Amino acid sequence: MALEAAAGSQRVEVEALRQRSYKIVRLRHPGRWLAGAVVLALLALLVQAFAHGQIQWKLVGQFLTADVILRGFGITLLISALAMLLGLSLGTTFAIMRLSANPVTRFVAWLYVWIFRGTPVLLQLLVWFNIALVFPRIIIPGVFEGRTVDIVTPFIAALLGLGINEGAYMTEVVRGGINSVDHGQTEAANTLGMSRFQTLRRIILPQAMRLIVPVLGNSAIGMLKTSSLAAAISCTEMLNAAQQVYFVNGAVIELLFVCAIWYLAATTVLSIGQYFIEKRYGKGTSQARSRSSFKLPFGLGSAGTPALEKAQ
Amino acid sequence: MTGTIVKAINVHKKFAGREVLRGVDLEVRNGEVLCILGPSGSGKSTLLRCLNHLESVDDGVVWIDGQIIGYVLRDGTLKELPARKVRRQQREIGMVFQHFNLFPHMTALENVIEGPVTVRKEPRASAIARAEKLLASVGLAERRDAYPAQLSGGQKQRVAIARALAMNPKVMLFDEPTSALDPELVGEVLDVMRELAASGTTMIVVTHEIGFAREVADRVAVMVDGEIREMGPPAEVLANPTDARVRSFLARVLA
Ligand SMILES: Nc1ncnc2c1ncn2[C@@H]1O[C@H](COP(=O)(O)OP(=O)(O)OP(=O)(O)O)[C@@H](O)[C@H]1O
Ligand SMILES: [Mg+2]
Repeated sequence: MALEAAAGSQRVEVEALRQRSYKIVRLRHPGRWLAGAVVLALLALLVQAFAHGQIQWKLVGQFLTADVILRGFGITLLISALAMLLGLSLGTTFAIMRLSANPVTRFVAWLYVWIFRGTPVLLQLLVWFNIALVFPRIIIPGVFEGRTVDIVTPFIAALLGLGINEGAYMTEVVRGGINSVDHGQTEAANTLGMSRFQTLRRIILPQAMRLIVPVLGNSAIGMLKTSSLAAAISCTEMLNAAQQVYFVNGAVIELLFVCAIWYLAATTVLSIGQYFIEKRYGKGTSQARSRSSFKLPFGLGSAGTPALEKAQ
Repeated sequence: MTGTIVKAINVHKKFAGREVLRGVDLEVRNGEVLCILGPSGSGKSTLLRCLNHLESVDDGVVWIDGQIIGYVLRDGTLKELPARKVRRQQREIGMVFQHFNLFPHMTALENVIEGPVTVRKEPRASAIARAEKLLASVGLAERRDAYPAQLSGGQKQRVAIARALAMNPKVMLFDEPTSALDPELVGEVLDVMRELAASGTTMIVVTHEIGFAREVADRVAVMVDGEIREMGPPAEVLANPTDARVRSFLARVLA
């Protein structure tokens, strides 16, 4: 009786089960359909508003493939890729330093993370951009000498600012990856007589990759967007290029939309790449899929990946 | 071939001020099989880990085949060796872990050749040829390309044994090699170890398998509270232990 009450359903005597096969009618979800319809209606209103707003869509179409914009987009991609590379190398180096037995090395790595994770990226970009105020000349005795303003161009300043900042986050990601590897692996490597470096390269890092690689996708998407901050230090990436155009022709929103389209295109491509990489590396760490049978391809439209939080 | 190959004198080890090893003395001859028994927490694993310098000793010395492990003796004092030289000593001492510790991103074969190729710089082809023979000798010739996750516990442990043997160690240390295995898989690992013993490999085996100790060990040592309380031929130690704590321990495990 208790069971029946708990289940809240009709009691069926065992003798009532006469057939071997029954037609099954799935539960309907009228609420879901209704909510879906409401949301779609609101979306349609929004689209309609923009379609009839003060936006010259033709201009958006024209500037989408304009030379200045495409060149800016190229610089955005280049800066993002190089800054990611710099960040990853710095992150790996400092993560290893943070796990070193030497307290001085450990402290320096901690300091790096503390400073560059604890201050805004925009501020860091401005500091690199103005570094000539501190060091007017860069001198490597006997090798090189030059004016800082000639060397630290806006492009280089953006690269340093974004890459070094990314490195601080990567340090924590790589450290998390290394720490996730069972200590028994190091012991097994020790008993084979492997050096610290061999152990790291052959045993620890390949396993740490399982945790690091899925996070890289998120970082790359973040980097692509953050790189727009370089516009503030007159590095002619896409947003800066767009600004220069709309200062002249006044089509502010149109050009911002052009940028938005290209950013979306790039982040979409990265998301798709991330989906495949996560499928390969992130076994057991990728998010629980929504149970709905409606799925966008490649995990688009799903909740953010928790891999980042896990690694930190 | 009956000379001493392992000798530990008065080995002490503390963890956070607590004495886990209180003056252990041990001598193992070349080709001998020594089984170490004892209740949980008595310091058996710690002793093994001191023998190959996974842990450093707080007092006493460990000597293996002409070398003091982890130190060099100069003017009557022990000077700590640099990591590079410790690794050189460690590669001569094989170790098999309770939880296998196979490298999960490498196949069975890659696990076995890792030491010879990376550490001893042996040419890959000859390392592979030897690894194949070793895998065959532990009955896993056809599993050479399997990853650890695709192997059963018993198979993993046999790969781990092959991996340790690939370094041609002077002595093999086993820390409860069958404790993490399902009961029906224990036998296949013990069989491999039995063969190893018969082939004249020097082995120090921490185990709860009394049957194995009785049958295979030349001598048995029983540890209690960080000391070896009883040591001798299995027939003697297992049948007539003199120490009271050893007697109660054996009564429990033989029951
Ligand atoms: N790294 C460590 N830090 C602190 N204490 C430790 C450490 N390793 C071992 N110990 C302690 O030392 C004691 C002996 O441990 P050990 O692992 O050598 O025992 P054991 O005889 O191998 O036991 P078991 O049969 O359970 O494996 C235990 O009380 C354990 O808690
Ligand atoms: Mg133990």
